[in-house]
Amino acid sequence: MSDAGMDRRAFVGDLVAACLAAGGPVLLGVVRMAEAQGTDPGAYDASEHYYGIGIDVAKCIGCARCVAACKIENDVPLEPTYFNTWIERYVLRTNGDVEVESPNGGLDGFPPIRREGEVLRTFFVPKLCNHCANPPCVQVCPVGATFITRDGVVLVDDSYCIGCRYCIQACPYGARYMHPEKHVADKCTFCYHRLVKGLVPACVEVCPTNARVFGEVEKRVTPLARFLRFNDIQVLKPNLNTQPKAYYANLDGEVR
Amino acid sequence: MPQQVPRLIAVFVIAIGTLVLARRFLVPETFGEFGHYRGAAVDSIAARPVKFAGRQACAPCHGSIDAQRLAGHHRDLACEICHGPAASHASAPLSGKPEIRRERALCLLCHAFDPSRPTGFPQVDSVTHNTRIPCMTCHAPHAPEPPVTPRECSACHGGIDRQKAVSHHATLRCTTCHDAPESHRQNPRAVLPTKPTDRAFCGGCHSGMPPGGLIPQVDLERHGQPYLCWQCHYPHFPEAGI
Ligand code: HEC
Ligand code: HEC
Ligand code: HEC
Ligand code: HEC
Ligand code: HEC
Ligand code: HEC
Ligand code: HEC
Ligand code: HEC
Repeated sequence: MSDAGMDRRAFVGDLVAACLAAGGPVLLGVVRMAEAQGTDPGAYDASEHYYGIGIDVAKCIGCARCVAACKIENDVPLEPTYFNTWIERYVLRTNGDVEVESPNGGLDGFPPIRREGEVLRTFFVPKLCNHCANPPCVQVCPVGATFITRDGVVLVDDSYCIGCRYCIQACPYGARYMHPEKHVADKCTFCYHRLVKGLVPACVEVCPTNARVFGEVEKRVTPLARFLRFNDIQVLKPNLNTQPKAYYANLDGEVR
Repeated sequence: MPQQVPRLIAVFVIAIGTLVLARRFLVPETFGEFGHYRGAAVDSIAARPVKFAGRQACAPCHGSIDAQRLAGHHRDLACEICHGPAASHASAPLSGKPEIRRERALCLLCHAFDPSRPTGFPQVDSVTHNTRIPCMTCHAPHAPEPPVTPRECSACHGGIDRQKAVSHHATLRCTTCHDAPESHRQNPRAVLPTKPTDRAFCGGCHSGMPPGGLIPQVDLERHGQPYLCWQCHYPHFPEAGI
């Protein structure tokens, strides 16, 4: 009997301790949340935006200024295997063959086309992360280090990524790579650091022919909305249901 | 209450408490703020430095160049395509100057002929288009135009004008070599412009300058004597075979 009484007293002590241990952090968290929400209200509000990019293939001249600017703006390693955006040259032959090339992402120009007589059509296609609304890369990340922001941009948390490479495998567009110094996955961020300051991504900034159009997907007043209304829009690999937000105009059926 | 129930409850409470504690220390603070990720990552990515200032940034200080650009064929080109990233220059202009690239390669990035480029985009064959001269000699980079002879001559001398335009004498105005009075245009046959008359005229540019410049030099005393220069060279297309 007295034994049981001791136990009960001990138990109550345990209970109080456990409650403190469990409840303390919760309380702390609540306080922190309240603080976070109180920060500067005039600043950038992610929930007011939802971004996408339009690409007019018929306007691209393959000058690769976008590739060069992107590497500078985002400190992408210069080696020819790391690109947030790159230019592909398509050559459609009269016999139905399709040749796709992107030597150094297009940065050093393209070699002359061989057998010019057998060319049906040839054009450039700029590529980048499609910032899918239903991204396979985010689904496979085991730790939540890659994610969609509220404004629709797919980002990598480079201090949380464990470098497992699942997302690189999962991306059907080949838009991700392993950063050789940071040893984490890296990719196009839509120049998120520029967006929050009201600037457009660096690639859009330097495009000389307006082949790249940036803006909001849903609001009707931005250049992108106009682009979407006035062009026949395609996306890459629509059958995968990734719901890309890189919208291509004048895209040939051969482009993947 | 059976004795084991409170014990079990105690065990559960302790286990849950440990879990909550572990979660508190292992899961980053802002994880789950907006979704299944660290909310603070968004801020750290947003805080990366900007290197391209954007095309609006240059106008306040370089207004006249910007106005030129907007009125010309290069209206869609950002300054920083040619001058490189200039955010640091735009915020502290005296601490560093953006690069200025004057070589032909800069222009040829976009204008070299390439069959994959969309038809209609102005392209030149870099091997034959005025090879020895920097592009800027004939086309102002901020407001490029294909140079044209004043219409007052090409209206009637179209053939000569077109020939000269693609020749090595493209930069020379008609009036450099011909004094054409206004009345020649009203009454062309009655009032004729002058034509060069002696070898010294061509020698004014083609001899007596240090070698290695843009204009090829000849020895006026010996070269082609005793004939007039245009007995061998057609002045409107001087590189034609002799
Ligand atoms: C706050 C005013 C200011 C802004 C903004 C500014 N500049 Fe300048 N810039 C200057 C001044 C002043 C000079 C002359 C510096 C000197 O001579 O030392 C200059 C010089 C230059 C030069 C010539 C360098 C040379 O070698 O002669 C270039 C090219 C240039 N700026 C490009 C840009 C571009 C591109 C931008 C936009 C991204 C820009 N500037 C924005 C003030 C500005
Ligand atoms: C097509 C490429 C190109 C673009 C676009 C361009 N520049 Fe230039 N810029 C040049 C070149 C080439 C020179 C050298 C001109 C020369 O030496 O005659 C130059 C010279 C300059 C100079 C110094 C000489 C001068 O003319 O005063 C300044 C300042 C300058 N640019 C500013 C700008 C600004 C500001 C913009 C955007 C409004 C701009 N540039 C856009 C190619 C470009
Ligand atoms: C980043 C690409 C780019 C670079 C670099 C560039 N240009 Fe251009 N250029 C263009 C575009 C785009 C146009 C407008 C084409 C159009 O109107 O369809 C143009 C138009 C022109 C035209 C007018 C052609 C015509 O008849 O319509 C000339 C001349 C020209 N550029 C000369 C130059 C020179 C000289 C340079 C080097 C100082 C240069 N460009 C550098 C993109 C470029
Ligand atoms: C000696 C003067 C001269 C030089 C140097 C020169 N051009 Fe031209 N350029 C012309 C003339 C004249 C025309 C117009 C006649 C023609 O269409 O061939 C022209 C036309 C052009 C056009 C318009 C072609 C079209 O189809 O509308 C472009 C683009 C051009 N040049 C770019 C360049 C580039 C790039 C360079 C340097 C690599 C350069 N030019 C150097 C004289 C020159
Ligand atoms: C209204 C048409 C017209 C215009 C405009 C015109 N010309 Fe002529 N020009 C002629 C005709 C016609 C002749 C041929 C006279 C002859 O064959 O006797 C001629 C002859 C010439 C001659 C040859 C003179 C000679 O002694 O053989 C030169 C040089 C000349 N023009 C230069 C120019 C220049 C430079 C301009 C621009 C400032 C110009 N012309 C504008 C119609 C014109
Ligand atoms: C480099 C100097 C030079 C330039 C620039 C030049 N000319 Fe001439 N031009 C001459 C010479 C020299 C003759 C005389 C040729 C002869 O007598 O055989 C001549 C002759 C002519 C003639 C007489 C017919 C002919 O073909 O011999 C005409 C017309 C003429 N030039 C028009 C023009 C026009 C128009 C332009 C501008 C588009 C022009 N010239 C630019 C040097 C020049
Ligand atoms: C105002 C200066 C000037 C005058 C006057 C002038 N030239 Fe030239 N000449 C040039 C220039 C500039 C070039 C082009 C250099 C280049 O393209 O590399 C040139 C090139 C030439 C060439 C070389 C063409 C080649 O094969 O590259 C010949 C030949 C020539 N000129 C003959 C003449 C004759 C003949 C006259 C007299 C009727 C004359 N020039 C008057 C400036 C001049
Ligand atoms: C008897 C015919 C003849 C006469 C007259 C003549 N030349 Fe030439 N010129 C030539 C030949 C042939 C060449 C090519 C030589 C060579 O490629 O080495 C030439 C080459 C040139 C060149 C190009 C040199 C270079 O380095 O590319 C120039 C400039 C030139 N001549 C200017 C003149 C001038 C100026 C006159 C008048 C003072 C003149 N020529 C008179 C025959 C002549």
